[in-house]
Amino acid sequence: MSKNIIYLDNNATTKTCDESINAMLPFLGEKYGNPSSMHTFGGEIGEYIKKARVQVAELIGAADPQEVIFTSCGTESSNMALRGLTDPRKKHIITTKVEHPCVLNVAKHLQKNHGFEVTYLTVNSEGQLDFEEFKDSIRKDTALIAIMWANNETGVTFPVEELAAMAKEKNPDVLFFVDAVQSAGKIPVNVKDTEIDMLSISGHKIHAPKGVGAIYVKKGTLITPFMLGGHQERGRRGGTENVAGIIALGEASEQALKYLEDENTRVKQMRDRLEKGILEKTFNARVNGSRFKRVPNTTNISFEYIEGELILLHLSDFGICASSGSACTSGNLEPSHVLRAMGIPFTAVHGSIRFSLSRYTTDQEIDYVIEKMPEVIEKLNSISPFQNELKELKEIKTGVKN
Amino acid sequence: MWEYTEQVKEHYKNPKNVGSIEDADAIGEVGSINCGDALKLYLKIDNNGVITDAKFQTFGCGSAVASASILTEMLIGKTVEEAEKITNQDIADLLGGLPEQKMHCSVMGREALEDAIANFKGEPTEKKVKGKIICGCFGVTDDKIREVVRKNTLNTVAEITNYTKAGGGCGKCKDDIQKILDEEMAKRNNGRKEKPLTKTQQILKVNKVLENYVAPELRKDGGDIELVDIEDNKIYVNLQGTCKNCPSSNLTLKNFVENILKEHMGENIEVIEA
Repeated sequence: MSKNIIYLDNNATTKTCDESINAMLPFLGEKYGNPSSMHTFGGEIGEYIKKARVQVAELIGAADPQEVIFTSCGTESSNMALRGLTDPRKKHIITTKVEHPCVLNVAKHLQKNHGFEVTYLTVNSEGQLDFEEFKDSIRKDTALIAIMWANNETGVTFPVEELAAMAKEKNPDVLFFVDAVQSAGKIPVNVKDTEIDMLSISGHKIHAPKGVGAIYVKKGTLITPFMLGGHQERGRRGGTENVAGIIALGEASEQALKYLEDENTRVKQMRDRLEKGILEKTFNARVNGSRFKRVPNTTNISFEYIEGELILLHLSDFGICASSGSACTSGNLEPSHVLRAMGIPFTAVHGSIRFSLSRYTTDQEIDYVIEKMPEVIEKLNSISPFQNELKELKEIKTGVKN
Repeated sequence: MWEYTEQVKEHYKNPKNVGSIEDADAIGEVGSINCGDALKLYLKIDNNGVITDAKFQTFGCGSAVASASILTEMLIGKTVEEAEKITNQDIADLLGGLPEQKMHCSVMGREALEDAIANFKGEPTEKKVKGKIICGCFGVTDDKIREVVRKNTLNTVAEITNYTKAGGGCGKCKDDIQKILDEEMAKRNNGRKEKPLTKTQQILKVNKVLENYVAPELRKDGGDIELVDIEDNKIYVNLQGTCKNCPSSNLTLKNFVENILKEHMGENIEVIEA
């Protein structure tokens, strides 16, 4: 690519940070030993993994590093939590309609093929759960509750700490799993102070490379391993360790903790400025989901009566990378299940654009996007067959009748 | 990321003939915002039946804009009779091809054109829903499915979804689409297709498939399989040996056995444990 890239798609994946790359390089080179080996050359690798485990434990606030299990990605971590359920008498799972496919599709699979009953909790137009509905859904035979901390599409957060406490009060035996892939490194996470039993993170969402993730499993939590094999990870996840990936994840976790404040101040300000700038300059823009209960790096904006893929293609010509909940971008023909669950009208769902920032985003980049966005939207508005509707919307928003 | 051709890119970046024609002689309109794409086509037609101007407005992705844009270019200068002969494949071809999943964009162009010509001829265009709605999610009728299958020689339900979107929503109508496809394919093959198998032939064929492709795999794990009966499209089997008490026997049956039998016997069979 010749032109500059303005990367505002950090909920899809992030740039691997230099600290991670530098930390992992020796393990792609001379330090190639297998930590399971009896000789020192391999065995000493275990020491580095130990350090990485501590680094991850600190990021999520685990009481004991042994509660951290390394996996290949967030999806594997979710699979482990859901498919590792052991009690054959408990065949009920609770989750939400807006979960990531790595939870939803596993839940559907358990429902279809393993006799599980699954409750999918609804959300309101802000993307929030109903506490009463949540409490009512918990039963004696509920094995697991799987709820994400932050939504990947809207950035909206669920009060999982509170929900976990509520759940345990009603049924102390229920397991509570949190998909924290989109919240780790963005908001403070301290699992040891919560009733959360399991929590997943993904390396490449926090500036580690792709192909490594982790799951926190609270001491004493009964789940069967999902990946069977050798005795790695104390028999809880077989397969020779992705040593370089694990070292990089450890380093990235340490960096994420260091940048947590930056994320909640500078990054948040840039996100808010971007959002405000776009809303001011484009009359058919609206923000999807709660603007208060949200991770600091994400905004999901719909441009009514124009289509998301087309917006992305035009932004891409300016080097701007974002993503969309439009049906056309997904390859299946249905638009975002998250926005649909929130009851966002079709006029807006198809034109939804997610901008997700990171510590590498700069003020200049935000200025550039604020400058280019109205240009793109205006051009695409003029192609839309819904001219009357757009005109009406403009009159309402600007208070001026043409 | 879709693989769009240079022509598609050029047309969505700089679409030709965007807008409306105030005193249009024909207007064609298809799609809806709920379905994710919509197209409005305006034509100016002179006394000799020549299209002198064409404009469009669209709500849709890159390939929808490109299809509409190139269609207007194709139309200008053509007579209505010539325009009627333009197919969705012509639109896709001129764009250097479209990704399979985006073929419905070219179909939408063709439909808007049909609608406009009907409008020009004074035929009733008022939401003329021809045929029965098969796909409720996208409002696709059996007539439309049949037409697209015939014109584009489609062979699978997935292709029909790519061309019409039917079946791409909740997916409940896929069985109905398969039935229509079966009928159309039977018509297409009429004369050269062999007679349907007799029950004995079916039993022999299924048994052969089980023996050659299924049983050897199951035997590796100490299991086996036996054909019990065939009733219409339902194939009843018994899992034996270790398979019998295996907790994932239902998975084996549905994912493995049924898939292999579908490959050989056709999509509409169902495998049931006797």
